[in-house]
Amino acid sequence: MSSNWKEAAHLIRPAVVFLIGLGLFAVARKAVIPPSFGQYGHYRAGALDDIRRKPVHFAGQETCVMCHTEQQTARNAGPHRSISCEACHGPAASHADEPGKLKPAKPEIAALCTRCHEASAAKPAWFKQVSSVTHNAGTSCEVCHQPHSPKL
Amino acid sequence: MATSRRDVLWEAGKFLILGSAAVSSSPSAAPAPTPAAAPALPAYNPQAHLWGMTIDIEKCIGCGNCVRACEKENDVPEGFFRTWVEHYEIDGADQEHPHVTSPGGGKNGFPPSSDAKAKQFFVPKLCNHCMDSPCVQVCPVGATFDSPDGVVLVDESYCLGCRYCIQACPYGCRYINPAKETVDKCSLCYHRITQGLTTACCEACPTQARQLADLKNPKDPVHEFLRKNKVQVLKPHMATRAKVFYRELDGAVR
Repeated sequence: MSSNWKEAAHLIRPAVVFLIGLGLFAVARKAVIPPSFGQYGHYRAGALDDIRRKPVHFAGQETCVMCHTEQQTARNAGPHRSISCEACHGPAASHADEPGKLKPAKPEIAALCTRCHEASAAKPAWFKQVSSVTHNAGTSCEVCHQPHSPKL
Repeated sequence: MATSRRDVLWEAGKFLILGSAAVSSSPSAAPAPTPAAAPALPAYNPQAHLWGMTIDIEKCIGCGNCVRACEKENDVPEGFFRTWVEHYEIDGADQEHPHVTSPGGGKNGFPPSSDAKAKQFFVPKLCNHCMDSPCVQVCPVGATFDSPDGVVLVDESYCLGCRYCIQACPYGCRYINPAKETVDKCSLCYHRITQGLTTACCEACPTQARQLADLKNPKDPVHEFLRKNKVQVLKPHMATRAKVFYRELDGAVR
């Protein structure tokens, strides 16, 4: 038995070096891989919270109508009732956070109305369309139609 | 004195032991996950949801509101799109060669068409949040993944910018963000839907052509929509199990 050990003595030192290397690899691996990696799958689960922390720009319809009840009533009475405020007025989360400071810009009527309502054969037939050349010939839509409740 | 092999091994052994002790005792070599000032996130259980979207082609008027809203909500760089709208024009029976245009992703609408003879319609597109996503399968570092609630997301801190996923996506929904040099794509507004809001594109759609859908919520109107309508996903032959369901989708759409 003792002669066997003597013959294997030259293997002990490389074995110790190998084990130390293995230990170093395990420690380095633990330090480099984030703890949440592999919680749900082959990815860092903490990324979900990172993505959730991104800022919201569109406040949402429910937030708008907390204050703007007058416009909501007008809108609900007309054909634009299902269009959210921010569809035309743009993102307003910063305005909802600080109503006094940041005012959303007034939409540019000429571009706003025609983007939806300019007549095109590509648009579905059920949708109300007019040709801005024959229908109003350069007159602003606002002269006749109130955007919140556009029915005449 | 010449350095013996014994000395070299002894010194190397000391270095390894001290080095490993230093690494394990350092507070954390991994980056701090969140700054201390970050506000607490609203409670959300990802296992209780399965997100997708429904798109009604019959309702889309090609106004581009969704494209503009997405750009503002997600800081999408100029010339790149997380969602875009395509205009299809099909002449007679030539289904194989539709004329497809998408000027500026349809961001500012489409020029009016007077061609009443051709079949025309608009197709809004976005990431299909596939259940078997080719993009997730090819990512070598786990930077792109299927979240437990069925949203295909990108971990910016892990992405190498290798572009494998861009080639793998059959729908062309990915791009490299030029500022960050990492891949970017529709996140289905994950930061919004996990706190009870709808996506920016659905919020801004004036005709409700796009609807966010929670397939695990039995009260979600998506179930009635899927039951009552004939729906189709894009490129079903790719077997991606896409979760963006189109109503009235023409067979010519690729």
